[in-house]
Amino acid sequence: MTAPVVTAENLSRHYLVGGGLFSKPNTVRALAEASFSIQPGKTLAVVGESGCGKSTLARLVTLIEEPTGGALTLDGKAATPDNWDSLRDTVQIVFQDPYGSLNLRQRVGAILEEPLIINRPQMSAAERTAKAREMMQLVGLRPEHYDRFPHMFSGGQRQRIAIARALMLEPKLLVLDEPVSALDLSIQSQVLNLLMDLQERLNLAYLFISHDLSVVRHVADDLIVMYLGRPVEFGSRDQVFNTPQHPYTKALLSATPTTEPHLRRERIKLQGELPSPLNVPDGCPFAPRCWKAQDVCRHTRPELVGEGHQTACHFPEE
Amino acid sequence: MSLLRIRNLSVDFATAGGAFRAVDGVDITVDEGDVLAIVGESGSGKSVSMLAMMGLLPWTATITADEMSFDGRDLRDLTAKQRRKVIGRDMSMIFQEPMSSLNPCFTVGFQIKEALKQHLDLSKAQRHQRAIELLDLVGIPDPERRLNAFSFQLSGGMSQRVMIAMALACKPRLLIADEPTTALDVTIQAQILDLLTDLQKETGMGLILITHDMGVVAETAQRVQVQYAGQKVEEQPVQTLFTEPHHPYTTALLAALPERATTKRLPTIPGVVPGQFDRPAGCLFSPRCQYADDTCRGVKPPVQGPELGLARCHYPLGAPVKETAR
Repeated sequence: MTAPVVTAENLSRHYLVGGGLFSKPNTVRALAEASFSIQPGKTLAVVGESGCGKSTLARLVTLIEEPTGGALTLDGKAATPDNWDSLRDTVQIVFQDPYGSLNLRQRVGAILEEPLIINRPQMSAAERTAKAREMMQLVGLRPEHYDRFPHMFSGGQRQRIAIARALMLEPKLLVLDEPVSALDLSIQSQVLNLLMDLQERLNLAYLFISHDLSVVRHVADDLIVMYLGRPVEFGSRDQVFNTPQHPYTKALLSATPTTEPHLRRERIKLQGELPSPLNVPDGCPFAPRCWKAQDVCRHTRPELVGEGHQTACHFPEE
Repeated sequence: MSLLRIRNLSVDFATAGGAFRAVDGVDITVDEGDVLAIVGESGSGKSVSMLAMMGLLPWTATITADEMSFDGRDLRDLTAKQRRKVIGRDMSMIFQEPMSSLNPCFTVGFQIKEALKQHLDLSKAQRHQRAIELLDLVGIPDPERRLNAFSFQLSGGMSQRVMIAMALACKPRLLIADEPTTALDVTIQAQILDLLTDLQKETGMGLILITHDMGVVAETAQRVQVQYAGQKVEEQPVQTLFTEPHHPYTTALLAALPERATTKRLPTIPGVVPGQFDRPAGCLFSPRCQYADDTCRGVKPPVQGPELGLARCHYPLGAPVKETAR
């Protein structure tokens, strides 16, 4: 067994919001007690609705923000703000919206070379150009695209540029924050195929953040389901999709529309909406919307338990 | 008689680079009680055709159609004033981004009552009562208090419910929902889709659902029309569209769905949708089509009969000739 590229233990992030001269600020627990590890060449998917802490997790793992609790180990080294600089080339991120994440005033070549200028100051300009051109070929961009601006590209090609930029420092872990949700269906499959090709060739580990369960089912090896900042279920793809144990996972799976019109399943209708992360209910965060909730659910928070396939629920589904 | 009948609708935009045809000869028919889904990728003209019908396009757009009638009334030569009497009353629309389509300066109650004031002859108290009823109808808890809420105090799902309430205010006979759930989470999406289909069944109105999500189409629509680069390429009942698509584009689109994939690598459609300057001479899908030959590249394809899903293709899949060749 090879060493994991990234290990997170009880990773948490709180934010203080509001507060004034005389009022105390509120604490938002955007992410609480997330633990996982990813092996090289594997994909860990994180699914959940908006506000469940997926993007906070991405920001912590990419060393954009410091966790308020827990430990993060990247490539065998503990990540603390002092050594962030040296770990930057281990982990890189691809953002959701390729229309917003590329600088419109930079040419593709400049976009791709910028990470090298910052992180590899000893590299010569000729080496940088060669490296950028090599990377463009790897992600399926043509050489003449080197001098073009981002507005001349379609969404799918822009996402290729964003992926190429993330790969310039040869990271071991790529954080993909909803990489295909802004793309059209026919383009989505091209980008997903590219990501899978790159993973095989470069033995990359992916932290794949998405809300689209059909995409996740296709790419993931392991899966974390999050609700209100907490992981509620963890397991391999087959475990979670075939035998979901947490009621929320079950509801999420049943709410995802399928493309088989003759196979209309009974849909579990969830009542209400996500509670505000400012006042997370005591006990199980899902209890107010859960159809199985009992008194114990409203008072005691269930811990993530189980071997391999873990669930945080007092009454898991069989 | 059909509720909505559009024949050969085209929309051209005047751009700096010349005229750009965003919608190209589209036919749409909706009957009372019908649920029609229009699917297509971005740039396929699905929203623009609806906006053209509602008269919501900017002055740069030139709209031409052989027929565009709503309930027997010709929509083409209405003045802006006459049009406003129809829109919002008999025909209304829900937009994609609920958060940005509500005005943050006014309470949602004011915005719902505005529609009522504009179109119906109700007293102030009656309008208030109707607004509460509407919020209750779309499943907003504690509707009386919510009338005084502003859009930024509501979540995305709640805002979309308010938009639906507003659109339903005058009991429209046709509701157009333009990507009503794209900005929402899956569990909320399921709630909103159920709400829309339930309301449609109750009131018997026509519903046009514009979407790019094949899953949403499969679960809600009765009829589907597929658009590509401004043209309608296929129209079929929902069941047969998913089992027997006739146009190669539809087939490729369905094959590219991750949940239908049988192999690790997804089947893809090479290339991108043609833009303003690289529109092919013949079939618009020919540069990306795996079956394309010289006829496809040079000659505009005919529209096939209803038994072949009105496919706009020279060689529709599942045609009798092909059947023997297979």
